[in-house]
Amino acid sequence: MSDGKPPVDSPEIRRLTPVIGPGHTFGSVTDKISSIVLTRPTSLGWYIGFLIAFSLMGMMTIAIGWLVIKGVGIWGINIPIGWGFAIVNFVWWIGIGHAGTLISAILFLLKQKWRTSINRFAEAMTLFAVACAGIFPLIHTGRPWMAFYMFPYPSTMGLWPQFRSPLIWDVFAVSTYGTVSLMFWFVGLIPDLATLRDRAVKKPLKIIYGMLSMGWRGSARHWHRYQSAYLLLAGLATPLVLSVHTVVSFDFAIAIVPGWHTTIFPPYFVAGAIYSGFAMVLTIAIPLRKVYGLEDFITMRHLDNMAKVMLATGLIVAYGYFFEFFMSSYSGNKFDVFLVQQRLHGPYAPFYYALILCNILTPQLLWSYKMRHNVTVLFIMSIVVNIGMWLERFVIVVISLTRDFVPSAWGRYSPTFWDWATFIGTIGMFVTLLFLFVRVLPAISIAEMRELVAETSEEKK
Amino acid sequence: MAQIFHRSTNFIARFSVFSALFLIGIALVAVLAVARSPYMTRQNITREQPVQFSHKHHVGDDGIDCRYCHTGVETSAVAGIPPTKTCMNCHSVLFNNASYLEPVRESYRSDKSIQWVKVHRLADFVYFNHSIHINKGVGCSTCHGQINQMPLVFQANTLLMQWCLDCHRNPEQVLRPKDQVFNMDWKAPDNQAEIGAELRKSYNLRTTAELTSCSTCHR
Repeated sequence: MSDGKPPVDSPEIRRLTPVIGPGHTFGSVTDKISSIVLTRPTSLGWYIGFLIAFSLMGMMTIAIGWLVIKGVGIWGINIPIGWGFAIVNFVWWIGIGHAGTLISAILFLLKQKWRTSINRFAEAMTLFAVACAGIFPLIHTGRPWMAFYMFPYPSTMGLWPQFRSPLIWDVFAVSTYGTVSLMFWFVGLIPDLATLRDRAVKKPLKIIYGMLSMGWRGSARHWHRYQSAYLLLAGLATPLVLSVHTVVSFDFAIAIVPGWHTTIFPPYFVAGAIYSGFAMVLTIAIPLRKVYGLEDFITMRHLDNMAKVMLATGLIVAYGYFFEFFMSSYSGNKFDVFLVQQRLHGPYAPFYYALILCNILTPQLLWSYKMRHNVTVLFIMSIVVNIGMWLERFVIVVISLTRDFVPSAWGRYSPTFWDWATFIGTIGMFVTLLFLFVRVLPAISIAEMRELVAETSEEKK
Repeated sequence: MAQIFHRSTNFIARFSVFSALFLIGIALVAVLAVARSPYMTRQNITREQPVQFSHKHHVGDDGIDCRYCHTGVETSAVAGIPPTKTCMNCHSVLFNNASYLEPVRESYRSDKSIQWVKVHRLADFVYFNHSIHINKGVGCSTCHGQINQMPLVFQANTLLMQWCLDCHRNPEQVLRPKDQVFNMDWKAPDNQAEIGAELRKSYNLRTTAELTSCSTCHR
């Protein structure tokens, strides 16, 4: 395994790094996953982690409350740089959400078995990331209580939203994405909730899981319809993954600002989304398998594959950086050329170099088999990529706005305490939701794992 | 082992799904209806005034022309509420002992304005101009209702933006000959559509696009 030979997808490799540890039966899989929710006592670590995350979420609530009272002026935004942390974080969170749908929908359509044990928490991650993302478009408006004007409803003013604005498309994209992700996640949960209902000992738990599983009996007819529905939802979610982040990229690409008005944005944003999303899945998966002893389910094969997807999308992102750079120089437009100089030599140049370091240089380690199989390296790298992808959005949003066409409108942007409090607070909210999710719902799809057990035992025969 | 859910929960489950859909639908319709209701627009509600001034008496019974008191209506954006002096033109002699006119006399003596309560209140971000409507053949009663029959003034129309736009999109439906603008009892004739279209042409009304552009009202 570690003799330096290039690993190929052969029966040998599949034996060494399977998608599920050896010797598992339907019972053992079910025991293992449901025990996290039902029997395992809540650990002190869980309480401490939850408390910290929940406190950070409280800080976010205060920051948003103060924002509503005082106005958006408490942030560091100003007139040339009207979009700061709020939009940077919005795009970052939406991007993180995309890997969940990629794993659950696209890999499902491609019949990738290794998605089975990571799809559930990846989808949960999507939902929680979309929840965090959804806060920002709402609160970054000066008058968030008027946000309902962005929905097309028959108003007393006889007015409708401007359907040519990508910010209105954002409303539809994000709300549709959130809804479809929730449906997809919940449909996937139904058989598992039924398992929890049957395994629960306490009556209230039986009732709660019983209501959530909506009378699932697992008959052939149930399964037949379930699978059609799941396939349809996967088919619907796939174009959503691509279109939602495309719409988010339109927020910039539609504008005339140098550094924003680029036709490469839609695919390159989507690639970046999947890149950062997979990094976040790794950031979550690695501690999860360690803490709950899920090494048999989230095997090195999973981590290896995720690292490969990260590498592939990271290269697309690198291509994007290179071509942004190239096209700006090639265009002969003095504003575009100036933008390149700004990124390389301007006041925010360190951010650009940090971005190249985090997003392009570091992930090149993933070419190495050894690195992909070193959990510590993967964990650190996943965090580095998350930071890098945050920097990418910062560079796009802020550097492009600080110095554009008219030199008299050049400015600087520096975030205030409240910018940070809101951002860190959303991380707290994300972690809070994840902690609750891990505690009350099966983090790995039990039904699909059982299917996997059946398939792998058939393969052996 | 006993079942978790009793048979009766079958009914509850079905009922809750349908009632939830029903309730959401009702709630949405209700929100839209309340926003247009007199409760929100304050339509058809008479307001308590410092002096119970009756338009019915002054216009309906006495036949005073609107412009006698609301002098600015043909020339100014604001129609204007008459000053105490206008009241005292007559009431220094007529009913000069009536107790309910004491606030008027008090205002005249002390030189302090009567604090009339505004019934037709538009937000400050709306720039409404009276004179343009009068000069383009929109009669008082079209917007204010039959003031000559109102003992106390109430808001006859919603004053919602949608209501303004309905007219700016199709002014033909309300345009009348200029000599009928201050006729409170004017009723649209049967061939209003034809007449309105002709009047629209002869008054040189702007296009609907211009009439409904933001800067027409929100300056």
